[in-house]
Formats: sequence, structure tokens, C-alpha cells
Amino acid sequence: MVTAIWRIIKYGWQGFLRNRWLSVSTIGIMILTLVVFEGLILFNHFSDVAVNEIKDKVDISVYFQSSVSEDAILNIKRSLEGFSEIEFVEYVSRDDALDIFRERHAEEETITQTLAELDENPLLASLNIKAKELDDYSSIATYLESPSLDDAVERVTFAQNELVINKLETIIDSMNAAVLLLTIFLAILAVVVTFNTISLAIFSNKEQIGIMRVVGAANKYIRGPYIVEGVIFGVIAAIISFLIYIPIINFLSPFIIRFIPGFDLSLYFSSNATLLFTYQVLMGVGLGVVSSIFAVRRYLRS
Amino acid sequence: MIIFKNVSRHYKQGGRKSIALDGVSFKIQPNEFVSIVGKSGAGKSTIIRLLVGEDKPSEGRVFFGSYEVDKLKDRELPEFRRNIGVVFQDFRLLSHKTVFENIAFVLEVEGYPQKEINKIVPKVLELVGMDDKMSKFPAELSGGEKQRTAIARAMINKPEVIIADEPTGNLDPMNKWEVIKLLTKINELGSTVLLATHDKEIVNNLGQRVITLDKGKIIKDEANGRFAL
Repeated sequence: MVTAIWRIIKYGWQGFLRNRWLSVSTIGIMILTLVVFEGLILFNHFSDVAVNEIKDKVDISVYFQSSVSEDAILNIKRSLEGFSEIEFVEYVSRDDALDIFRERHAEEETITQTLAELDENPLLASLNIKAKELDDYSSIATYLESPSLDDAVERVTFAQNELVINKLETIIDSMNAAVLLLTIFLAILAVVVTFNTISLAIFSNKEQIGIMRVVGAANKYIRGPYIVEGVIFGVIAAIISFLIYIPIINFLSPFIIRFIPGFDLSLYFSSNATLLFTYQVLMGVGLGVVSSIFAVRRYLRS
Repeated sequence: MIIFKNVSRHYKQGGRKSIALDGVSFKIQPNEFVSIVGKSGAGKSTIIRLLVGEDKPSEGRVFFGSYEVDKLKDRELPEFRRNIGVVFQDFRLLSHKTVFENIAFVLEVEGYPQKEINKIVPKVLELVGMDDKMSKFPAELSGGEKQRTAIARAMINKPEVIIADEPTGNLDPMNKWEVIKLLTKINELGSTVLLATHDKEIVNNLGQRVITLDKGKIIKDEANGRFAL
């Protein structure tokens, strides 16, 4: 058994070295496939971060009438926190609101002076609510606008932002669908191209397979070396395609960080290098091995 | 012993039935040297394909020793084929393996230990006069050298039967007689030899049993036969 495995590995390695041009062109196609594959992983991550970044900017604020006590507001806060759709609720008291306002407009003299002249804090206490999903906002808004809270609530910002939120939701939904479709399409394309390349390589060895069969080689001795070659193709293609990405990522990273400040592609790539490389190798070896098995199968039938 | 019992092989081509073999029966005893002669398309290659299990008869039975060849399953064929060495007109060597590796391959797939392979292969290559070309690839060999390599491969595991399908078809006269000499030697060493050919000179010189085919039928089967077409 050990001898047989050793011989199969030897034949595979010999086949790889002696069919040099065929090996190089097959690896070339596999590199393209793996570049697409890795690109899809990075793009999916990028679009996730982008979407989350946008989602993060959306919230809904409910302003309470100045007559409503802090306790009453905190009661409402507690009841809101019991909602499964809500991620968190933040209470901003009238004083906090004033502080934030002052801080934001510290350099605008007219505003600072006007504030100083006022006897009373003109700002209202509010609750900032962050929902888990974008489409949860409308149900939260409906609750806040219900008659039971009518006496306490001055206004809910959702009505003003509703159009933007709905539009954003549609855009994000279509973006997710487009990314998914693109991923599926490119992944199928890459798999089909690689499979055909390996099939053609094995097709050119059709006669050799026939000879091996006539001299009494069992199928494992015929199929095995092609599987070994598939593994070699996959590993080499994974290494090269991974190396190709290093300069590309370093070049693109500064542009992307300008577009989405929270997304440092370079950092993401370097801190996930092992995982990304493992994906590449698994994908490369998987494609190589599965393609070889299927391509050689048709020549092993009588 | 090889037995063909009322074997027919039909093919369908474009809706029309073509007959490659038509009710062929013969027996070949161990250690015989038998020439199968006939024009192109007479059925010589069909007999060989049926005998090595590359094809199945439409009717009739094919036996090889204890094997019922026409009943063998795909997975049983590799082991069965180790009993037969085949030499083809177009040599059919593995183009990416050296002369040594081509011969060693047969022993490797049978599980021989490497030490033994390293001992046996040079001996057989010496027998066919190829010991000085062990590390050459088929593309670097002449037709005669390729055929001698193919013969070495066919005889390396001492099979019971050697089948040679037009082995001299692509060779010049000198190489032709060398190949025939080798086949005769293999026969003297104890293997049955089945030679498919349409070379009159060879058949008449051998003075062995001749089975003559025409249009898929046996028209003559004589010990010490002569080429008669």
C-alpha cells in the first residue's frame, strides 16, 4: 500500500514536470480562478463592512416634551429595551443635549451668545434608538407614535427620515443580491474554466491512459497520478495568486480607507493572511482534485 | 488455453449493421505460435480486442485459461491483462516515460519491490538489445527500437501469452526480422505467441500454425500453414 502510494505520487510529480507546458498553462488558468475567488472573498467582506457602516449611521430619536419627567422617560427606555428588534437605547437628558450642542457649536459665537441670553434650556430630552435591522425602524416608530405615548412624545425623527431609510434599505437589499449573484456567477465561471482546462490536459493524455489500461494498470495507478497533479496545480496556483494580491492590496488600501474610514483592507488582509491563504489552497486543491477525478473518469470506462 | 467459441461481433454504423467477426471458433494450446492472417478489416484486430477484454462479443464466448473474458467486469480487467503481453504496430509506449520506466511500469503496477524491478528490467532490455538506451524517451528512438522496447514491456512479467498486432507494419526489413526473431525466442522460452499480420514473407518463413480470416470468417486453420490470400 505504501509502495503503491509512493509510486502514484512519483508518477504525478513526473507527469507534472514532464508535461511542463501543459502544467504551466493549467496553473495559469487556476491562478486566474483563484484570483477571482480571493477577490470575491475580499469584495464580500468589503461590501459587508460598507453596508454595516451605512446601517450604523441610521438611528431614530424620540424627543420628549419638556414637562415629562426623567423617570417617565427612563421607564419608556426600559420598556423599549425589552424589544427584540432593538439593539440599544441611549438616553440624552436635556442637560446632555445642551452640552453636546454647545460643544458642537463652540466656535460659532452667535449661537453661543444666543444660548447665554436664554433663561431656560430650549433643548428636549430624547432617546436615541438603534434597531438591529433597518426594516425594524418602522415598527418601532409605530409604537412610539401610538396614542398611549401621545402626551409624552414631542416628535419622532423617523417620519422625517423615513424616505431616506426606506431608500437605503432598498439599495442595500439590491446590493446584497447583486453581490450574491456576481459571486455565484464568477464562482461558476471560474470552476467551469478550470474544469475544462484540466479536462483538456487529461484529454491530451487519452491515448496514454489507454496504454496503461492495456498493460494491466489498475484504475488507482491511472487516476492517482492525475489527482496528485491536481494537488500540485492547486498548491502552486494558490501560492502565486496569494502573492499577486499583496501589492494589489497595498496599492488599493489607501483609496478604500478614504471611501470607508472603518475599513483598512491592508490590515484585514495581513491579520487574516493565514485564513485567506488556507481558503486559496483548499479551493485550488479541491478544484484540481475534483476536476481530475471527473475528467479521468470517462477514460476509465470500457 | 485460448478458446473462441462461435464468436461474432457486429457494429452498427449509421443505422447499418457491419460484421467484424462472424461465428469464429478456434482453440490455441499453451506454447503455440499462431499467426492470424487476413486483409485489412478481415477481423484480426477484433479478435485481439476481444481477447484482451477491450471489447465484448455480440455473440459467443471467449475463454482464456480459467477466465471467461467476455464476462469479466471492469475492475477485474487489470489483473486479467497481466497474463497477456501486447505488442502493437504503433508501439504504444508511454511518451513521458523513459525506456526503463516504460518497462518498469508493468512491474510497478503489479506491486513488485523496487529492488527486484531494478534487477529484472536491465536484463530484459539486454535481451532485446536496448540496455544502452534505458534512459531515452520514446521520441528519441527509431521505429525498431520502439518496437523492441514494446516487446520488452510485453514479456517483462513473463505472461502466458504474447499478442503481437501487426508488430512489423511500421518497420524496415532489418528491424522486421529482428522483431520476429525476438517473438520466436519468447515462444521458445515458453510463452504462447499470437501474431496478427498480413506479411506473407513472415508467415511463410515461420512454418507455424496459420489461421486465415476473410470478411470476419475463418477460411483456413492449418498447422505449418502458409500465407494464402
